[in-house]
Amino acid sequence: MFVSLNWLKNYVDIDQLSPEELAERITKSGIEVEGIERFAQASTNVVVGYVESCEKHPNADKLNLCQVNVGEETLQIICGAPNIAQGQKVAVAKPGAVLPGNFKIKRAKLRGVESNGMICSLQELGVEEKYVPKEYASGIFVFPEDTEAGADVTELLNLDDIIIELGLTPNRSDALSMLGVAYEVAAILDVPIRLPQTSLRSADDVAEDHVTVRVEAQDVNPYYGAFIVKDVKIGPSPLWMRNYLMAAGIRPINNVVDITNYVLLEYGQPLHAFDYDKFGSNEVVVRMADEGEKIVTLDDVERTLTAEHLVITNGKEPVALAGVMGGADSEVSDTTTNVLLEAAYFDGQTVRKASKAFDLRSEASNRFEKGVDPNRVREAGVRACQLLSEYAGATVLSGVVEHDQLDYSEKEVTIWTSTINDRLGTSISDEEIADILRKLHFNFKQDGETFIVSAPTRRQDIVIFEDMVEEVARIHGYDNLPFTLPQGGSQAGGLTKNQALKRHVKRFLEGAGLSETVTYSLTSKERSGQLVSPEVKDTIVSTVSLAMPMSEEHSTLRVSILPEMLNSAAYNLARKQADVAYYEIGSIFVSGEEEVSKQPDEKLRLAGVLTGQWLTHPWQQEKKPVDFFVAKGILEALFASLKVDVTYKQAKIDGLHPGRTAQLFAGDRAIGFVGQVHPAMQKAYDLKETYVFDVDFDYLLEIHHNEPSFAVIPRFPSVSRDIALVVDETVPAGAVLAVIAEAGGSLVKDIQVFDVYQGEHLEEGKKSIAFSLFYQDPERTLTDEEVEASYQAILAEVAKQFGAELRG
Amino acid sequence: MKEQLQALESEALAKVETASSLQELQGVRVAYLGKKGPITEVLRGMGKLSAEERPVIGELANKVRGNIAAAIDEKKAGIEAEQLEKQLEEEQIDVTLPGRPVAVGGPHLLTSIVEEIEDLFIGLGFEIREGPEVETDYFNFEALNLPKGHPARDMQDSFYITEDLLLRTHTSPVQARTMNAMENKQPVKMICPGKVYRRDTDDATHSHQFTQIEGLYVDKNVRMSDLKGVLDRFAKHMFGEDREIRLRPSFFPFTEPSVEMDISCKMCNGKGCSVCKRTGWIEILGAGMVHPRVLEMAGYDPKVYSGFAFGMGPERIAMLKYGVDDIRHFYTNDLRFLKQYHKA
Repeated sequence: MFVSLNWLKNYVDIDQLSPEELAERITKSGIEVEGIERFAQASTNVVVGYVESCEKHPNADKLNLCQVNVGEETLQIICGAPNIAQGQKVAVAKPGAVLPGNFKIKRAKLRGVESNGMICSLQELGVEEKYVPKEYASGIFVFPEDTEAGADVTELLNLDDIIIELGLTPNRSDALSMLGVAYEVAAILDVPIRLPQTSLRSADDVAEDHVTVRVEAQDVNPYYGAFIVKDVKIGPSPLWMRNYLMAAGIRPINNVVDITNYVLLEYGQPLHAFDYDKFGSNEVVVRMADEGEKIVTLDDVERTLTAEHLVITNGKEPVALAGVMGGADSEVSDTTTNVLLEAAYFDGQTVRKASKAFDLRSEASNRFEKGVDPNRVREAGVRACQLLSEYAGATVLSGVVEHDQLDYSEKEVTIWTSTINDRLGTSISDEEIADILRKLHFNFKQDGETFIVSAPTRRQDIVIFEDMVEEVARIHGYDNLPFTLPQGGSQAGGLTKNQALKRHVKRFLEGAGLSETVTYSLTSKERSGQLVSPEVKDTIVSTVSLAMPMSEEHSTLRVSILPEMLNSAAYNLARKQADVAYYEIGSIFVSGEEEVSKQPDEKLRLAGVLTGQWLTHPWQQEKKPVDFFVAKGILEALFASLKVDVTYKQAKIDGLHPGRTAQLFAGDRAIGFVGQVHPAMQKAYDLKETYVFDVDFDYLLEIHHNEPSFAVIPRFPSVSRDIALVVDETVPAGAVLAVIAEAGGSLVKDIQVFDVYQGEHLEEGKKSIAFSLFYQDPERTLTDEEVEASYQAILAEVAKQFGAELRG
Repeated sequence: MKEQLQALESEALAKVETASSLQELQGVRVAYLGKKGPITEVLRGMGKLSAEERPVIGELANKVRGNIAAAIDEKKAGIEAEQLEKQLEEEQIDVTLPGRPVAVGGPHLLTSIVEEIEDLFIGLGFEIREGPEVETDYFNFEALNLPKGHPARDMQDSFYITEDLLLRTHTSPVQARTMNAMENKQPVKMICPGKVYRRDTDDATHSHQFTQIEGLYVDKNVRMSDLKGVLDRFAKHMFGEDREIRLRPSFFPFTEPSVEMDISCKMCNGKGCSVCKRTGWIEILGAGMVHPRVLEMAGYDPKVYSGFAFGMGPERIAMLKYGVDDIRHFYTNDLRFLKQYHKA
């Protein structure tokens, strides 16, 4: 809402404050002022001039040579505007004038003829083009005939007006009118308010004889008032009205339209003027549209209606889409002489459906949607009629033909000083409460600390006790609220075990060299199928997609974090950031339904992406590119810190390198994977060799065991034995290791792989794996015989299971 | 014999003196103190001496041995020290060369901000609650006093999945769920951080996905001044002890009264600059007293209980605190961005 301060001054005295101070007060008390601007940048030395004569420039076709009387003198001015004519009153920038944009006006010669100033268009005076009346849009502005030559244009055109822009929250639709803003300012500044006086001279002719009103859709149209105005002379509206409209951001059209717009802004009540003679009948029938019914609206667009839309009809066909836009057929035009003026109350949701369906948001629909003041509907009609008789030479017929089932009652809200103070933490007195209510112009009955408040109908937002708490608080001032801390019994706040563990895992991975990412949960349909862990894939029945995505790119909820992380990795690669080490913990969304109807399961996953060099130390010529074992090493260390036993099995998983991928198991349960991205997918993402992991984080939280318990530090020495075994190259080291652990018995405390060899001195298709075994008994020193027995048992078992031989 | 010993001593000491290596010194030790050395030889001849002379010469011989041994030890230490010094000199490295890099990662800036806020509120006795990102229309809107057709639903156009399911537009549904689930309607004191989604086209100031932290305190006798006090603690903690806050009336369907909180602009100290659009204040968050309908729907009697709630965007806080100029930075995961905020 744009508020012209010059306009506002008609209702309240605000001269005691600068615009900035006023804006600050309004903002702090309830309505945010989003901007303070001059209507137009300042100009100096621009006055009204009377064009005494206007002749063609002797040397230029498109220029005119004018003699312009500016009060004290007559200036010869050359003007190129197409609409300049003798007898006009125009805006003249005299020599020495400065126009917006620091444009200085000097005496000059144009094509050999002297020109002593400039005749200005509104744009040249700093008015935004979109507000300039169409007839002056491509030429100079022409003042009414009775304007005095020599008068100051800045004042006449209201160019020095200050416009404040209010950012209105949905509850404060009362401030969508100048009167509403006036009430607000009056309350804040504690100044009196001056309301416009509305009255109608009664005519002999009665409106009732010329129109009937029938409302069929009574629940969504509780009030409809029709006024009849005869003998309208269409022309420009008075200059002051045009000025106010432009300041409020509305382009002036003609007196009838301008008056309805003016009243709309003043009262917050939209009105509609029909050309009575083109209305098509003498009856107004308001009803819901028939399915498929059509109307051509003012903007010359044919619109197909549904039964959800409320229409004004002439008994046969729609003539207006209620509260949204009038029909083209009955539009007021230059030839209009009689007007049917509508003042109505339309249901907000009904208007909203129509304005949304046809994308026709207007000043009018906006106000109906938020709710207009019942007590101003008829009054706004009267006000418009009064202005029409004053400024359009019209005769207003007596009375208003109306359908009226509107609820004019004021809501009563009871408040108690003590309860308000309890809620706010203040110590406001009964007297101050009474004073606040008086400032707000709220009627109330007081009995000690009890106030029965009648909320005026313009304040539809005040319904319950809490609404009144807000009114008291904001007028009392939030700055005057004390600072306290909650008094309630103190509770032990804190992280739950899982929240704390999640932080532990994050810090662990960061310490291990990974940077945390946050990627989008919405991905493309294509990417949502990629790199899904097998145990997740097994549970997906359908993917969860948006009904109306904004783009394909973000249309589907992820079932793996990895695709978006790969995207981010590729983003870095494309910017010469080749070494990427990422992790992310976040939700995936799994639906077990064919057709999604319930909330999907949200499961936390831990994912990682590694590519490029893991470590480089250039001057020592050391480079360690990321490989499978870097990724696996990070996971092993993490699992060890969580005391979770995980086994790794060679696996083939879609999107991953078939030979460099392990599926992870905790016991029998599959919990994720680690592996290289399939080269084809790497290429598709513009990535080099890239390793990823994806782990069921919920399950890790469930089975983790990181409460340490004390284990005795061994006092007896350990014995180590190395064993190098030759096996088929297809035998996994992990399998051999498991057998060694089993066969070696309880004295084997640790087994490490320290060498894997294939090549010279070994048979084709064979490899050698070397293990270090560590034996220990916590109770005593081991004997050679015990170790030897275990060693032999191991040899026998690996020979049996894998055909393994000791490497010679 | 006495003279003989004294001559040996000075001879040996001279050799020790001139020895220049440990080897040479060892030669001197063997030559003079060894079993076949001249001193041993002298001692062997002691049998020929008289009973009076024997102890005198014996003592002298031991003294000579001792002196020579001490001189050798001293010389040895000297040579060793010299050698060590030489060796250390040779072992010198260029300490200005770069060290071996250690892989270092770190948390995302949003995580740092969220955890900082969590820790502050934990200190004030709050718990952390989480909830689903795909919400029902009921918990996202209706339970928060936003019935179907409510004009305020316009303010947050949402991503619907079905007519009844949508990506949550705020983390407030977690509050509704927590209150709903609370047995015996105990007091609730919680914050809920999480991802939220709105139908916005991604640009420098909008993101279809962003983060929110909301807080809720419901108890008997919760006052608006408590909200002001808690928000003041928060503002000073996050933005500095010298910041001031101001509350301005606003509107949210789930609170009444509703306010927005501004902090005094750090750039200009409240004087007015381009960062604060010349107002001296910067908007940080929305808050208010829990709407009685919201309490009621969650089973709390609004005549007995009252509460406050607040909600803020960690992205906005990060942008203000660190001058991040584009909200998309939080989601592109450019390492040059992420690493700026890795800290111990």
